Amino acid sequence: MSTESIPKPTDEQPVFELPPDSVGMVETQTVTLFESSEKLRLASGRELGPITVAYETYGSLNSDRNNAVFVCHALTGDAHAAGWHSGEDRKPGWWDAFIGPGKMLDTDRYFVICANVLGGCMGTTGPGCLNPETGERYSSDFPVITIEDIVDVHAALVTHLGIDRLLAVVGGSLGGMQVLEWAARYPDRLNAAVVLASAAHLSAQGIAFNTVGRRAIVSDPEFHSGRYTPEEGPRYGLAVARMLAHITYLSEASIEMKFGRRLQHSDKLAYDLGKETEFQIESYLHYQGERFVERFDANSYLYLTKAMDYFNLADRHGSLEAALGNTDARFLVVSYTTDWLFPTDQSRELVSALLKARRHVSFIELSSPYGHDAFLIENEPLERLVQPFLDQTYQSFLNSDR
Amino acid sequence: MSSQRYCMPDPMLGLNDKLIRDQIRPGSRVVDLGCGDGRLLAMLRDEHGCSVQGVELDQESIEAAISRGVAVIRADLDRGLDDIPSQSFDVAVLSQTLQQVRQPKAVLEEMYRIARWTLVVVPNFAHWRVRWQALSRGRAPVTSELPYEWYNTPNLHVMSMTDFRDLANVVKFRIDKEIPIIRRRAVRHAWAANLRAESALYVLERTE
Repeated sequence: MSTESIPKPTDEQPVFELPPDSVGMVETQTVTLFESSEKLRLASGRELGPITVAYETYGSLNSDRNNAVFVCHALTGDAHAAGWHSGEDRKPGWWDAFIGPGKMLDTDRYFVICANVLGGCMGTTGPGCLNPETGERYSSDFPVITIEDIVDVHAALVTHLGIDRLLAVVGGSLGGMQVLEWAARYPDRLNAAVVLASAAHLSAQGIAFNTVGRRAIVSDPEFHSGRYTPEEGPRYGLAVARMLAHITYLSEASIEMKFGRRLQHSDKLAYDLGKETEFQIESYLHYQGERFVERFDANSYLYLTKAMDYFNLADRHGSLEAALGNTDARFLVVSYTTDWLFPTDQSRELVSALLKARRHVSFIELSSPYGHDAFLIENEPLERLVQPFLDQTYQSFLNSDR
Repeated sequence: MSSQRYCMPDPMLGLNDKLIRDQIRPGSRVVDLGCGDGRLLAMLRDEHGCSVQGVELDQESIEAAISRGVAVIRADLDRGLDDIPSQSFDVAVLSQTLQQVRQPKAVLEEMYRIARWTLVVVPNFAHWRVRWQALSRGRAPVTSELPYEWYNTPNLHVMSMTDFRDLANVVKFRIDKEIPIIRRRAVRHAWAANLRAESALYVLERTE
């Protein structure tokens, strides 16, 4: 088995000087798992395979193979968590501020893995991929997937990379749900779980927002029951879904701070319904919607939001305590004061269950104006918690006989 | 003025740590309320085989506790400990903090709820020097660290050993031990303890 532990260097030189704490130029890799005889059995009962997984790694796996940290991305993220794909990139990977030499996930010490999720559209098998049995895109024939299925695929990837037990699984939002699922499903395969701005289930309010987003997509005339062509598709519906979702990631304070009631192009009201981007916040949401349509597939959005809605750890195991009581992993749970999509009370529920199960749990609600998105933005306070937490986990792991 | 006032033992100095440890059975599951940087808990874990949990409000202290590998959750004692399930600990510790919370009785009731044993170290404001200070100088009994005056002291409540004993009874605790601390030493059988002790360590047991 080959373990491609070091990101392959690419020929392209960046047009700027790479900062010293960057992981540098990286390339997304793919591997095909669950081929022919060993298909993945999904939570729905259906089988799926083969499954291609897109992933990136940063840093190197040590000889004991015990320094691997798996990063789970949120709803619309991808495997590109850190570094640059080419010199033309406008931005580095989505968690670049946290992954690199000397950073929170220190690539001088840890081997960091991030993979795109099952059902996604960024290189891992999803509704936009060709079904090998029919030679056509899966589209709406793609089976309904759950967080369990997503984590099963990632666990298979970790096995493929030759890693038995992860030092930590880290993730925020939908990524945090995956972290919890890892702990429940593979209790012996992780030493630490870092759960950021997340919960053991999505609130009814969260499901409500997802429902409206999905409705916007399926009611777009270009949706065609999911059998749209890659070039066409329900662009407007998807953009609306993204605009709506984006509001839930912000907070009243952050919108007020960033946009207020300021106008985009004028200092006077236009009294014209045709001007859809008159206020700065309008313009911003339109921009977010448009950018999103360029990079994301509508069917993936439907499948992944549904997986998020279905996730309910307590329900599946009888109680949260039962779900999380089988692992001896250390937990770090972080919530944010202005996050109303995954409010602190949901993190507290997790903490209570972990205390009941007598697990090692640290919890803090961080103060931030940035709402749900805070875990992607507020580096410093998070770093000051996660760095010592991982360091201590690593030390005690090295000192133990495992 | 303040420099002439009597100073209570600094809660951060850890003079009480060993006294507290001696009252805890090895291997117990211990929660420390207001655990600070987790020093006491790290000692209980490393030297006493305890499984430990901290509760702390201050963010920097939480970071320090995590740096010691101590599990710690952020909570404000004044807002209750709803996140902590009932009877989830063998021992709950509260060292030199009770006089600083708004509702000492509510905090003791929470400790009663979450642990079988409760260990509390409380300052004794009936110490003769405090009494002397109030009598001779006519000053409010401001103790603890030097820079505080009556209007900015963290000590919201002043109590004596006798007062604390009453409160423990009100909360339905059985007082297993009352150990006066005189000149930084635990004295099991001190005469006139309420006059001579700077603080006291109580070992309380849930009666239900």
